[in-house]
Amino acid sequence: MNIQIRERPDGAASTSVKTAIADCDIHPARATKDELHPYLAKRWHSHLETFGVHPYQGMMEGPPYPKAQPNASRRDAYPPEGGPQGSSLSFMQKQHLDPNNVALGVLNPLNTGQGIRNQDLAGAICAAVNDWQIEKWTSKDSRLKGSVVVANEDGVSAAAEIRRRAGDSNFVQVLLLSRNVEPLGQRRYWPIYEAAQEVGLPIGVHAFGFGGNPITASGWPSYYIEEMVGHSQCQQTALASLVLEGVFERFPKLKMVMVEAGFGWAPSLAWRLDKVFARLHAEVPHLKRKPSEYIRDHIWWTTQPMEDPESRDHLFQTIEWIGWDKLLFATDYPHWDYDEPSRVLPAGVSDANRKAFYLDNAKQLYGIA
Amino acid sequence: MTSPIAGGVDCDLHPAVPHLTSLLPYLNDYWRDQVTTRGMTDLISQSYPTNSPIASRPDWRPAQGKPGSSLADMQRQALDRFGTATGICNPLYGVQMVFSEDMADAFCRALNDWLVKEWLDKDDRLRGSIVIPVQSIEKAVAEIERCAPDKRFVQVLMLVMGDMPLGKRHYWPIYAAAERLGLPIGIHAGSAYHNPPTSVGWGSYHIEDYVAQAQAFQTQLTSLIVEGVFARHPNLKMVMLESGFTWLPPFLWRLHKFWRGVRMETPWVDRAPLEIVRSNIRFSLQPVDAPPDGDTLNRLFDHMQSDELILFSTDYPHWQFDGDEVLPKGLSQDLVRKIMIDNPHATYPRLQVKETTP
Repeated sequence: MNIQIRERPDGAASTSVKTAIADCDIHPARATKDELHPYLAKRWHSHLETFGVHPYQGMMEGPPYPKAQPNASRRDAYPPEGGPQGSSLSFMQKQHLDPNNVALGVLNPLNTGQGIRNQDLAGAICAAVNDWQIEKWTSKDSRLKGSVVVANEDGVSAAAEIRRRAGDSNFVQVLLLSRNVEPLGQRRYWPIYEAAQEVGLPIGVHAFGFGGNPITASGWPSYYIEEMVGHSQCQQTALASLVLEGVFERFPKLKMVMVEAGFGWAPSLAWRLDKVFARLHAEVPHLKRKPSEYIRDHIWWTTQPMEDPESRDHLFQTIEWIGWDKLLFATDYPHWDYDEPSRVLPAGVSDANRKAFYLDNAKQLYGIA
Repeated sequence: MTSPIAGGVDCDLHPAVPHLTSLLPYLNDYWRDQVTTRGMTDLISQSYPTNSPIASRPDWRPAQGKPGSSLADMQRQALDRFGTATGICNPLYGVQMVFSEDMADAFCRALNDWLVKEWLDKDDRLRGSIVIPVQSIEKAVAEIERCAPDKRFVQVLMLVMGDMPLGKRHYWPIYAAAERLGLPIGIHAGSAYHNPPTSVGWGSYHIEDYVAQAQAFQTQLTSLIVEGVFARHPNLKMVMLESGFTWLPPFLWRLHKFWRGVRMETPWVDRAPLEIVRSNIRFSLQPVDAPPDGDTLNRLFDHMQSDELILFSTDYPHWQFDGDEVLPKGLSQDLVRKIMIDNPHATYPRLQVKETTP
């Protein structure tokens, strides 16, 4: 297979390797199938064995769109003691946290109770994953911070789980996925936003999830690449829903992070929203400001997979339209499309913007001293 | 303001069918009887509610009837006003939405015949798009072949949101027929509503549906490219109509990056997505989803890395701009000529044909 590899300017990037960074998207995995059992009531052990998780898509085993790599993860990220990539703290420290000088690592567990149809099971698994994050990860390495995962389709139980973790410094955000039963602005999800605002946690919306809807507005596509590229379209519609339903009017202190869905599309979406809003505002009188203003004030963006135009000027112009204060560096470790910290940002960025991008924005958003 | 130049090609005009009964003369006895006996009245898609502000510019809204239903209005408000030499009619009547392929076929045939008689025959500046019953590939191909001898039909029209992603092999016989007959495929905003109108489900508002058109175009472009439509049909042109285009550069950055990463999954995609877009895909001008300053827009054109992708359109009678500001601020005269004349002529081979009727 021929792969074209374009030369990229190294520039100032090489000097920043050892500067402390925040990695706002790390995926911890379970070493064994039963690793959550100590945190789950006995009833669920046999339930899972008998019925499985019963998600909002058809596959009992394996993803509907097979990944390009095992577990969508780097082949060099298998821990020496066994288990899948991302399942060993000591190997994560050795391979990623230490050499890249990660001062803050935000954990985003993906195989949780989200996207499960049985809401009692969803809530139980989410609570277990939250306990597991503390015991296996955050209590063992103070650089790591967890995300509160919640039964996303059951607002009441989700809000209770968020309030249960209030004030717990092991957690820095609440985690949702982009694809749910309904667009994220819908009122069934408002108890989640109310609780997050109340306890002062931002909400991360990570690309992925299944909610029973075809993953394009024209049905199910054929290929993994379509799902990968399509995450940014799902994220756009989810964000449009949040804005147009008035979530940020109702919860004015709520902050949200768009995780692993790109950011290059944000200016065009905001311009489109503003333009259409100018014509159709009578339909959404609950909005008191232009859509782009809600986005500018309430939304942060993780960087991986980094926008990668041929011209770095195009990248810089796009970031200026969004704001250097709104980007949060992320690697997506241990996934295959991991972004190498030293090579992500081209030369030509001021020291202040570089530091904001790699560390300061994240520390400020997540309240880390 | 950037002034339009005379002799342009308006690639997106929407003549409206006044009422389903307007099609009765073009239906056979059986379907005429079906429409009247069953009390069918109209086929209006909620993509464009008749009274929604986006369905018509306020000063283009007629005192009575649907916006876009009067030829005289279209002539005065769009064709004459912008010095248009050629206007391509894209009827958005809700014939793609019905579930029966037989009914869709009957209505599409009637709609295409209605367009010829009520519009194309009455103003020789007008050209048409063939509306097809995508519910049946055989019937869709047959309708293309039935209409194609009339060279005033210059493209085939599909909606951006249908039953399946448009790159799927299921649709390829349509693309083969279009390529063979020198007809680009126009893909227009709008949903058949056979799937939820966003990729994350049903929103609450009309404004959400409209915003989501842009995301639907993005997923369709991915599908068309990675399924290999243009590897199989290298001479096929597709035109994204009322799609917006400022999303294109960041979309291509992302598609290109993932294509480099996982191209082993679709090995027939043997050219970079940007190259495929340059050779096979075009976009109508309106709506321009950008701030009103010329500086930003010119940066966006720079990000697109081509001045051949955009085709002039008014999107008449939809409300995309006010006054005579059909062209956004800051375009160079060279780019205006390309957008209004050169690019459309390079896209639609049938615009060169002098003898149009068979």
